[in-house]
Amino acid sequence: MEEKTNARRDFLSKLGMGVVAGAVLSPLVSSASKLLLNNEEGVEIKNFEGKLEDLLGGDFENIKLKMQDDLRRALKKPMKERRWGMAIDLRKCIGCNACTVACISENALPPGIVYRPVIKEEIGTYPNVTKRNLPKPCMQCDEPPCVDVCPVSATWKREDGIVVIDYKACIGCRYCMTACPYEHRMFDYGEKYSEGLPRLAEYDNRPSFEYGKIWERPDKHSSPVGNVRKCTFCAHRLDQGLLPQCVTTCIGGANYFGDLNDPDAVITKIVNKLNVFRLKEEMGTQPKVFYLT
Amino acid sequence: MKKIFYVLWAVAFILGSVGVAQRLMYGHELAAYGNRVVWGLWVAMYIYFIGLSAGAFLLSSLVYVFKIELFEKVGKLALITALVTLICALLSIWLDLGHMWRAYEVITRPNLPHSMMAWMIWLYSAYLLLLVFETLLAFRIESGKYVGEQLASYQKKLQLLASIGIPLAIAFHGGVGALFGVIASNPMWHSALTPIFFLVGAVASGSALFTMIFAFFWENKESEYYKSMLQVLAKIVLVAVLFDLLLEWAELSIALWMGTPEHTSGFREMLFGNYWFVFWLFHLLLGVAVPVFILLTKKDPIKIGIASLLVVFTFIGVRLNIVIPGLVAEKVHGQAMAYIHPRLAYHYFPSLMEWLVGLFIVAFGIGLFYLGNKYFKLTKEHNTLNA
Repeated sequence: MEEKTNARRDFLSKLGMGVVAGAVLSPLVSSASKLLLNNEEGVEIKNFEGKLEDLLGGDFENIKLKMQDDLRRALKKPMKERRWGMAIDLRKCIGCNACTVACISENALPPGIVYRPVIKEEIGTYPNVTKRNLPKPCMQCDEPPCVDVCPVSATWKREDGIVVIDYKACIGCRYCMTACPYEHRMFDYGEKYSEGLPRLAEYDNRPSFEYGKIWERPDKHSSPVGNVRKCTFCAHRLDQGLLPQCVTTCIGGANYFGDLNDPDAVITKIVNKLNVFRLKEEMGTQPKVFYLT
Repeated sequence: MKKIFYVLWAVAFILGSVGVAQRLMYGHELAAYGNRVVWGLWVAMYIYFIGLSAGAFLLSSLVYVFKIELFEKVGKLALITALVTLICALLSIWLDLGHMWRAYEVITRPNLPHSMMAWMIWLYSAYLLLLVFETLLAFRIESGKYVGEQLASYQKKLQLLASIGIPLAIAFHGGVGALFGVIASNPMWHSALTPIFFLVGAVASGSALFTMIFAFFWENKESEYYKSMLQVLAKIVLVAVLFDLLLEWAELSIALWMGTPEHTSGFREMLFGNYWFVFWLFHLLLGVAVPVFILLTKKDPIKIGIASLLVVFTFIGVRLNIVIPGLVAEKVHGQAMAYIHPRLAYHYFPSLMEWLVGLFIVAFGIGLFYLGNKYFKLTKEHNTLNA
């Protein structure tokens, strides 16, 4: 509550400066939403007061900014008070795989590893057919079956709910891969896209920045080669105040992300709806990826 | 005959070494398993060899715990068989690790009591130590250097170790089965019967291996001992194979009778998939029907040896049929077509490098056993213990 009052006071004190930024960016702001601007850290849009439908029906760029704001607000809290979650609107996903590619690029994933495949299903028989695109990142389960099985405790659930792997500890036994009900985890076989060509392409030498470190793959034996790898909701980006790459990239605005513990966050408003389901809910793994239908 | 054996062994060892060199140089890149079928031939070989070890060890307990006179002469043979197959098992799983040189972490930072794999590793590490000490003691007693009280004290220690070994062998091999059994997301593995199935399989394959070795390599084949011992061993193998078949029936019939597609897909793959012949021809015909027929009808030592050989060699099919079919079914519908890459295929056939590494492990085991036998004269008829 006190944080909110402070934020308001902060807002008023900087309103003058905000007016300038607001004037420049006003075309971005939906008239249906009472969006307020703050130029402290670039542009932030705060305190959405309209209906959820207005929010979801609005310009997705605005929602992205709102989610960015949610994210930065969450980062001000201690880690254990955050609970990252993702929602994917299946009605909006067009199956373009932009998220898949962006994720591969962001995490410098080698061939054969994909953190976010899009499952494309045809439902029904001709002529009554429909198509469903279902992007599948790590579910970041609250009860992750992959964690307990690890013989060397190299994988665990962070305080903010993200399931991570210590690349320096993982022995590469792949037991966790068999335990994941969503078959999400992947093993790094040390392959490169341009292997066998006269010269190794530059992109094959790009390091990965997972877990906020620089992971080069100079040979067939250095981590993350020989390790199990997984989606972390781009934890390295989150920690820097950036949304996961798949959310930022999605051209259809089908992705929502934020702190499920924040009642004002876009994500919380979205997942508390009737038209939400989670994969394999019956297993009791409590995934934190929600699908809207 | 001996020359052919030497040549074959040398070829297998050299070719196998090429595979091991490839594995060490290129990591897992040349392996055919991927991110869907995550375990392959080497994991199957691991559970195969570790089963052989547990089975052979339980046979040795007939001498060192239960003091059955008939088995006295072969106690050390059983112990060495258990030790060599355990080494082969550990070699298989060590080469399967993504980071072989971090294997020590399973001891330094085990995830106990949560991880079944951690339990299994601790249990078989204890079993390895026990097996080494028990073997050393057995040889010390045999050496004839010790008499009187000292000999009696060694014998007591040996019996104690062997007695601890029985629950340990059951626990560690049951643990291997439980490692699969606890995976709730895999309907084919997730059965309370899985650990029991592993144990019975261990007795069947382990006793068959021992019987095969005894039948073919025991030096005095004319002795009464040889003949009567083989009759007993044949009965043990027969009962174990039939009991294993019963458990197999229980597992399959319960899963398939009214099973939903998700629960039966692994078994269907095993019975009617691309590699149906592994179950029907390799396992059921050559590994069960033919040996059972021979063991029931023939008393000839060599035929008993052949029946046991069939059981042992085809049992790798049983192990493969636990590991692979359980992994070839999609856990989320549509996943197979979501992103196309060989590493994401729901299909597995071992690569040449995997076969070669497998060949190396087998050749290494045979070589080790051969040396052990040459040095310790395990297959020579002489009394081993003053029971």
